Amino acid sequence: MRETKFWTWHLLAGCAILILGSLHMITMHLDGVLGLFNPAGPHALDWANVAARAKQTAYVVIYILLLGTALFHGFYGLRNIVFELGIGKGARSFVNAVLVIGGLALFAFGTWAAVAAQAV
Amino acid sequence: MDSQHAGARDIVYVVRRYNPETDAAPHNKEFTVHVEPGMTVLDGLHQIKSEQDATLVWRFSCRMGVCGSCGMLINGKPMLACNTQIMHVAERILTIGPLPNFEIIRDLVPDLRPMFNRHISGMPNIRRTDVDPKAVPTDEYYQTPEELTRFLQFSYCIKCGCCMAACPTMATDKEYYGPMPLAQFHRYNVDTRDGGFEQRKKIAGGPGGVARCHYAGECSNVCPKGVDPARAIQLMKRNLVFSYLGLIGKKKPCGTIGPDPHAQRMDGVPDAPKYTIEQK
Repeated sequence: MRETKFWTWHLLAGCAILILGSLHMITMHLDGVLGLFNPAGPHALDWANVAARAKQTAYVVIYILLLGTALFHGFYGLRNIVFELGIGKGARSFVNAVLVIGGLALFAFGTWAAVAAQAV
Repeated sequence: MDSQHAGARDIVYVVRRYNPETDAAPHNKEFTVHVEPGMTVLDGLHQIKSEQDATLVWRFSCRMGVCGSCGMLINGKPMLACNTQIMHVAERILTIGPLPNFEIIRDLVPDLRPMFNRHISGMPNIRRTDVDPKAVPTDEYYQTPEELTRFLQFSYCIKCGCCMAACPTMATDKEYYGPMPLAQFHRYNVDTRDGGFEQRKKIAGGPGGVARCHYAGECSNVCPKGVDPARAIQLMKRNLVFSYLGLIGKKKPCGTIGPDPHAQRMDGVPDAPKYTIEQK
């Protein structure tokens, strides 16, 4: 049942990415039209906009969620690809450990960066 | 030339040979077969065995696409040799090999035991959780025609192994159960008479289960009986996800109806034959 659990969360993460990724696209590429999360003008990468977004709790939460779901979704897919190379059980356990540790480390680093940026 | 022999021609059979006792690796051998319209690939193999090389080995039984014994790789595609007209698949050259993704026993005979063992592990029979069917053998199950259609097409599977041979995941992932066993898991899971979903989902949701399927769909493309294993696997994925999320409850098998206590025995109906083995 473990694979069913992973597969289910893979699907749910995909749905979440659809919504959160869309918000990211809207923020970054429709900045001149909608101005969402861009209070300082139409250019999303202007420092004033970046700093303003970093101080918005909603924006930070959205990006931490996007980071977590994207990491899980991507790493689960990568795990499937690697497993199909015909590797043995020991190698599978190693791959699982690398992906879990790597995923958690990246998530922790990204979360720290998002939270720390609020102090900018 | 009369019309019956119109189109008759020589076709070169390029047959994959392998004898594990004498050969280091499989190799090809060519045979020229005079093909008449209406001849199947299996007929051609018989002709080779009777006229050219008696040592050629393959598996067959019914000759009518029912038993699933003669699955082989014909011009690169898994097919039943008995169901395939030579002239439909070859102009001058016909390549034949054993089904891929299986060990070769000899020549065109694949070792299907891993497939059957996986099939058996999924309990391919009606599992009752409420009554022991053997205790009440005269009871019948309630099942509507609509409920029958949920699994009917999957029950047409003849276990020939063509789907397993065509599956790209099978080619690399030795743990993967494969389309045939998984489709048969689903065939019983959605049968309203069955209550074995809780047991089967441990395997179907495990490391070799449905999550490994990429939905390439080749299993369904090659099935000689028109079964759609890819669909069965996707439907089972959905059922497993819904079950994990608690969106479907534990399945309760359909009820049974016993013999009518008021029924009268009709005149002239003979007694049932006695058991041929001792009943415990």
